Amino acid sequence: MPSPSSPLLEVTSAGLYCAAGDFFVDPWRRVERAVITHAHADHARSGCGRYLCASPGKPVLRTRMGGNAVIDTVRYGEPTTINGVTVSLHPAGHVLGSAQVRLEHKGETWVVTGDYKLAADPTCAPFEPVACDVFITESTFGLPVYRWPDPASVAAEINAWWLANRDAGRTSVILAYALGKAQRIAALLDPAIGPIVAHGAVMKLVEAYRASGVKLPPIDRVPPRARRVGGGRALVIAPPSVLGTPWLKMFGESSIAVASGWMTVRGVRRRRNVAAGFVISDHADFPGLLEAVRASGAGRVLVTHGFADVLARYLRERGLDAAPLVTRFTGEAADGADDGAADDEEP
Amino acid sequence: MQDFTDLYWRLDGTTKTQEKVTALADFFAAATAADAAAAVGVLCGARQLRVVSTRQLRQWVAEETGLPDWLVEDSYAHVGDLAETLALLLPEADPAAAALPSPGLAETLATTIHGLRGASDDRKREVVTATWRRLAPRERIVWHKLVTGGLRVGVSRTLVARALAGLAGLEPAVMTHRLMGLAGGGLDAEGFGKLLDPETAADDRRPYPFFLASPLEETEPATVATALGDLADWQAEWKWDGMRAQIVRRGDDATIWSRGEELVNEAFPELVAAAEALPAGTVLDGELLAVSAAEAGPLTLLGFAALSKRAGRRRVPKKILAEIPSVFVAYDLLEQAGEDLRSRPLAERRQRLETLVPDCFAAVLDRGGEAAAPRLFTSPLVDGDSWAALAARRQESRARGVEGLMLKRRSSPYRTGRVRGDWWKWKIEPLEIDAVLLYAQAGHGRRAGLHSDYTLGVWDGERLVTIAKAYSGLDDAEIVEIDRIVRATTLERHGPVRICEPTLVMQLAFEGVSASKRHKAGLAVRFPRIVRWRRDKTPADAGTLDDLRRML
Ligand SMILES: [Zn+2]
Ligand SMILES: [Zn+2]
Repeated sequence: MPSPSSPLLEVTSAGLYCAAGDFFVDPWRRVERAVITHAHADHARSGCGRYLCASPGKPVLRTRMGGNAVIDTVRYGEPTTINGVTVSLHPAGHVLGSAQVRLEHKGETWVVTGDYKLAADPTCAPFEPVACDVFITESTFGLPVYRWPDPASVAAEINAWWLANRDAGRTSVILAYALGKAQRIAALLDPAIGPIVAHGAVMKLVEAYRASGVKLPPIDRVPPRARRVGGGRALVIAPPSVLGTPWLKMFGESSIAVASGWMTVRGVRRRRNVAAGFVISDHADFPGLLEAVRASGAGRVLVTHGFADVLARYLRERGLDAAPLVTRFTGEAADGADDGAADDEEP
Repeated sequence: MQDFTDLYWRLDGTTKTQEKVTALADFFAAATAADAAAAVGVLCGARQLRVVSTRQLRQWVAEETGLPDWLVEDSYAHVGDLAETLALLLPEADPAAAALPSPGLAETLATTIHGLRGASDDRKREVVTATWRRLAPRERIVWHKLVTGGLRVGVSRTLVARALAGLAGLEPAVMTHRLMGLAGGGLDAEGFGKLLDPETAADDRRPYPFFLASPLEETEPATVATALGDLADWQAEWKWDGMRAQIVRRGDDATIWSRGEELVNEAFPELVAAAEALPAGTVLDGELLAVSAAEAGPLTLLGFAALSKRAGRRRVPKKILAEIPSVFVAYDLLEQAGEDLRSRPLAERRQRLETLVPDCFAAVLDRGGEAAAPRLFTSPLVDGDSWAALAARRQESRARGVEGLMLKRRSSPYRTGRVRGDWWKWKIEPLEIDAVLLYAQAGHGRRAGLHSDYTLGVWDGERLVTIAKAYSGLDDAEIVEIDRIVRATTLERHGPVRICEPTLVMQLAFEGVSASKRHKAGLAVRFPRIVRWRRDKTPADAGTLDDLRRML
C-alpha cells in the first residue's frame, strides 16, 4: 500500500529524488548518484558522481557524458538494489537504450517513464508496459490533436520526397535530433535512391548506434568544405541547429524538411519555414499516452514534462487519481527545440 | 473538392508569386466551368454563406470524439486555428466513403453549404458528419472554413486575374476589370465562360480596380522632402477616416461599390439619389463618411465606427438614416462622358472633377457650413507652401477627426492596386504609452502555440488595470523569447489565458482614447498595437491611467 507520509519519489531542487535509496532519476543538477532514463540533454546532465543506465544505452551515454564518467549498466529487466530499493530498467522505445525506471520498496512499485513511444522503431527495443502502483509519465504530446500516422507511410512519404528532389537535381536535407530521430530516419530510408550523408553531430551517434549492434544503411560523414555533396542526389541528415547557417550552403540547391511530431500543426510548420514537414516522433502520441497509462494498471498517475495539467485533468475525469508533477519543466513551447543554441535534443 | 483542396494547399505552401499563378492556372485549366466559377468566387473573397456556426462544429466534434469541451478548447488554443483543430481531432476518414469519387467544389458548396440554408440542426449535423467521414484531414480544414463562411486564401485578386488572363489570352488589366464586382457572389458556369471570352463586352456597372496608397515611412518634413522632392509636384488632401468607395454612374444606373467590391447601394440610399444627378458616364473615386445629425449647428465628422453601423446593411432604418447621415467626398474622376481617364495625369483629372462636382467639403467643415442634405463633395486640397508648412497642417489631423494627409503626385495616372511611388499616406503619429504585460494567450496561424496575444495594463495608483488587448507587433525571435518568459512567470492559468507576473514592459501605440463604461479602466484606446518591447524599462516605469486621461 502506498504510504501517505513519505512518497518513494519526490521533486527536489535537483530533480526527482528517491530518499529511501538516496539516488535521483534524471537529475538536472550534479548529484552523487543518478539513474538515467536516456541520454538526451534534458534527462542526462554531466558531472554526476555515478550513472546507472540500461546496457544498450551505454555507448550513447558515454559520447554525451565524456570518457571519465562512471557509468554502471544493467540489462533490461534485470533487478539491482540501491540502498535497499529494488531498481530495474525496462525498454521505453524512445531512443537506443532508453528505459523506464521501476522502483520497488516496501511492497510499493513506482515507474518513471522518461520519454517513450509505442510506435515501431527498428533502432531500439520496443516499449514494454510495466505494472505499478504509481506511474510517472511524460506528456510532451498530451493533446488529442497529436495522433501519429503509421511510420511506414511516413517513411514512404520521405522516400518519395527524396526521389522527387533527386530527379530535380536538388539535395534533400532532413533536420532531425542528432540522437535517436536521426538514426531512426536513416533506418527508414531507401539507400537505392542515392547516397546518405550526415552532419558530424549525427555521425558520432550513428557510430555509437552501430557499436551497440543497430543495423543502419551506409552513411557518410559530410566532408568539410564539400561542394555539391552527392551532386544533388544525396539525402543529408543534420540537427535542426544548422538551419540558417552557412553550413547548409555547401549542398547547392536543396530542399529542407523537418521531421518532428510538432509538424502536425500547420502554424508550426509554416513558422519553421522549410519545404516539408514529416510527422514522426519519438514520443507517444495522445492515444499512446492513454494506452501506456492503462497498461501500467497504476491507481495513481503523476504527469510531467509537457501538457501535464491537461493530461492529468483528462485522466482525473476518467476516474484516475492523477495530478501534474511540478518539475522545472514548466511546459513545452511547440517548437521548444528549435530556438536554443544546442538544440539537437528532443524537448 | 480534392482539386480545390490541392489548390488551397499549393497556394498556402509557397510565397512565390509565379508559383501561385501557376497553381491557379493549373487549377482553372483542369476544372469544370462550374467548379472554376465557384473557385473564382471563393478566391476573390465573395461573401460566404455561414450555415453552421463554429460553436456547433465544436460541439459536434466533441460529441463525435467523446472529448470533453474544455479539451477541444485547449486543443484550439494550442493549434491556433479552429478548422485545423477540429480536422485533427476527428477520427480518420472512413476508407470506403473516402474511396468514392470526390465531388467538385461547386457541388460541395451546393450540397453541404447552400443546401443547408434553413435546414434543421439535425439535418445539418447529419450532412456534416457524413462529410467528415469521407474527407481527409487536409480536406476537412478547407471545408470547415467554407462551411463556417471563413475561408480566406492567401492570394490577391491580381494573381487570380493573371492566371485567368493567361488562360483566356487577355491582358491582365482587362481581366482585373472583369473580376471587379464579382465579390458580391453569383458567378456561375456561364459567367465563367463569359469571363474568358474575348468578345465579352464591359459590364456597365462594374467599378475600376482601386489604386491604393502606400504608407510613407518618413515622417519628418526634411526626410519627406528628400524622399518626394519638389512640393510643387504633389497634391495634398486629408486622409479621411471613412470607407473607400467608387460611384459608378452609367446608363440609367448609379451604383456605389466598396473597396471590397460589394455593392453598397442599399446601405447608402441618400447617396445613390445624389449620384443619379451626375451626368451618365461618370465614375468617381472617394470616401464615404458619416457626419453628425443634421438638425442644427455645423456638420462634423463622426468617424469610422459610426459609419460601420450603416455599411453592410441591406436596409437602413429611418432612425439611423437620420442619426448618421452620410456624405461622399470625391477625390478622383476616373471616367467622364464614358471616357476612361485613368491614364491622364491627376492634375487634369482633379480639374475636371472640380467642374463636375463643384461643392467642396471644406466649405462645410471649415466654415461650419449649413447642415445640408447628404450629398456629394470634392475632397478639399490642403495647402502649404513648404513641406514644413504641410507638416504643420498635418498636426491638425487629430482635431479634425482625420488620419493625416494623402500625398499624390500631380502627374500620376490612376494605377491598379498597391503600386508604390505616386500615392502616399502620411499618417499622424500615433499616441503612445508604456504598458505592462499582464495576461498572455497563444496566437494563431504562424504564431500558433506561442503566447503572442497580450493584455496590457497601466498604473491606477498602486494597482495595474488592463487597458488594451494587443496583438504583438514584435518579431518572431522576440515572441519566442517572450513566450518563454510568459511560461516561466505564469501565476495562474484560466484555460488558454495565462496571468503573468508583471515583468515585461511594452511600448503601446494607439490612435485615440475615449471614455468607456464597458472597460474597467473607464476608457478605451483605439487600434492598440505593440511597437516595441522596452527591455530597458521595469513595470515601475510604465504609464498611468492619468496619462491616458490627459489624451482623452
Ligand atoms: Zn528524450
Ligand atoms: Zn525529454
